[in-house]
Amino acid sequence: MATVSLKKLTKRYGNMQIVHGIDLDIADREFIALVGPSGCGKSTTLRMIAGLEDISGGNIDIGGRVVNDLPPRSRNISMVFQSYALYPHMTVRENLGFSLKIAGAAKDDMDRRVAEASAILGLDELLDRRPSQLSGGQRQRVAMGRAIVRDPDVFLFDEPLSNLDAKLRTQMRTEIKKLHAKVKSTVIYVTHDQVEAMTLADRIVIMRSGHIEQVGTPDEVFSRPATRFVAGFIGSPPMNLHEATVSDGRLVFSGGDSLPLPGQFKSKTAAGDNVVFGIRPDDFYPTGHGLSSGGETEVHRVDLPVSITEPLGNETLVFAEFNGADWVSRMLNPKPLKAGDRIGMSFDLSRAHLFSAETGKSLRA
Amino acid sequence: MMDENASARLMRRTLTVAHRVVLFLAMLVICLPGIWIVLSSLRPTVEIMAKPPVWIPQELSFDAYVAMFSGIGKGGIPVLDYFRNSLIISVTSTVIAVAIGMAGGYAFARYRFRGKSGMFLGLMLTRTVPGIAMSLPLFFVYARLGIIDTHFGMILAYVALNIPFTIWLIDGFFRQVPKDLAEAAQIDGCTRWQAFWQVEFPLARPGIASAAIFAFLTCWNEFALASQLTRSVNSKTLPVGLLDYTAEFTIDWRGMCALAVVMIIPALTLTYIVQKHLVGGLTSGAVKG
Repeated sequence: MATVSLKKLTKRYGNMQIVHGIDLDIADREFIALVGPSGCGKSTTLRMIAGLEDISGGNIDIGGRVVNDLPPRSRNISMVFQSYALYPHMTVRENLGFSLKIAGAAKDDMDRRVAEASAILGLDELLDRRPSQLSGGQRQRVAMGRAIVRDPDVFLFDEPLSNLDAKLRTQMRTEIKKLHAKVKSTVIYVTHDQVEAMTLADRIVIMRSGHIEQVGTPDEVFSRPATRFVAGFIGSPPMNLHEATVSDGRLVFSGGDSLPLPGQFKSKTAAGDNVVFGIRPDDFYPTGHGLSSGGETEVHRVDLPVSITEPLGNETLVFAEFNGADWVSRMLNPKPLKAGDRIGMSFDLSRAHLFSAETGKSLRA
Repeated sequence: MMDENASARLMRRTLTVAHRVVLFLAMLVICLPGIWIVLSSLRPTVEIMAKPPVWIPQELSFDAYVAMFSGIGKGGIPVLDYFRNSLIISVTSTVIAVAIGMAGGYAFARYRFRGKSGMFLGLMLTRTVPGIAMSLPLFFVYARLGIIDTHFGMILAYVALNIPFTIWLIDGFFRQVPKDLAEAAQIDGCTRWQAFWQVEFPLARPGIASAAIFAFLTCWNEFALASQLTRSVNSKTLPVGLLDYTAEFTIDWRGMCALAVVMIIPALTLTYIVQKHLVGGLTSGAVKG
């Protein structure tokens, strides 16, 4: 049983504030991903939870116990580092058993737990090798093994997959997901890769400049981004975001082109409001090549010139020129297109987003 | 006409042979003084002083070694006393210098503190002062303190001489040990102190071993300061002992060479024992892929 609760957690280096009093409650056995661009404070937050950084203010509570000033060893956590941080002078077996040795565990107990971890991760044949004799993926597995041997309340992962190549990363992602299903501990996972966050986490915490922008399930942060930043950060290719002014029931863009104001935002805006219009590539598509759930109620069609296409096999990303900018759209069941073609494009306005231009907050509320 | 491959093969062989010849000559130049000392310790003065030099010794004997260990008055010198002094002074000052070097090197490698770079530069600057320039002031201070001709005085001087170097060398090795490892060890249940001894120290061991060898050899071979600060068998070290072979009008080259050989052997043995710890690259495989 290990909940983690952060209250007004703050980190300051001299005059520079890195983490601005964040609040977060993590349930027992929950898989939480902290995402955000470099320097957003996600790794610092994780290191504060681990006890590797002092906190400048606030509270950290693990399993109902305030651990603010406890050293890492007293927090019953384990951590997988981005660099793996395996002990190079020890064999895989010794690496796995190191925490038990330090804790003074009995020899047979140690052997049993190392064997268990090694079986879960398929390390049996590597036990007598040294880290320098292992490939990247194997090192990664040993690092995870070292974490599970401790049987911790909370697992902390600090960008564990960022040193692996793309194929291995996908494979290890699946293994981490399986591992979580097996060990059933609380997991806090830091990554800058939104795909990892989306695929692994029960809930995602999106951070920016030391603040939490939004906390929600993958579906929530994708479908109902709370801020313009979240909208642009989650999703690949990213959401089309363009500034516009509300005028006479329409959104007028700076280049003079306009779109009808989506119905759901009519009551939330007034003429003259400066807003940011956002639409995902999935909801802006060559007519007849969209997700076409049939439920579109508010589709706006317009003919636009194609400026470039990126074929991906099962789909093609079509960059169409609207209001002097390239807007990316996703074309399912693709047909060949070339730059300069004029095609009919559909905006599914019922699924569009509007954000305040000043605060960046969603106007959906 | 030779084809291209044959000539390339011939070229490669020629280069290999040339390479070996040059290496042999270089090694010869490096080893010759050592060989000459060993040879000179085994043959009579006439042969040592002969011009042109006698390359192949006519007669070899261990007389000089026998004489060295015989008592005073029979051509002997208190070599065992000198040996004991050298050993005590060198070992003690090496241990102290390495201990301080480890603490200092670790601090410079891991912690941020005010005046760090200035302090580091200051340590390096002390190395620019020639040791012999300090000998007169040091002599006066030691004379006032009454620690001339004592082990303590020599150890103090040598520790001071070695510390900047050991700190500098060990700092470099601790820098190579990724910080993540100590943090991982703390997460694994270590205290800061345990993390150091269990993880960081074993990985920096090659550096600490090299620092120890350098410090030991510096003390073992040092002559200039020792000749000023020692007086008698109480504290005279082997290099100073060499002077015992100079008389008013003569120098016993054979005896001096024999003592030199006696000095070289322990240093050589120690270096040989420690060198297996000098294998670098132990940190490979710790981080990244």
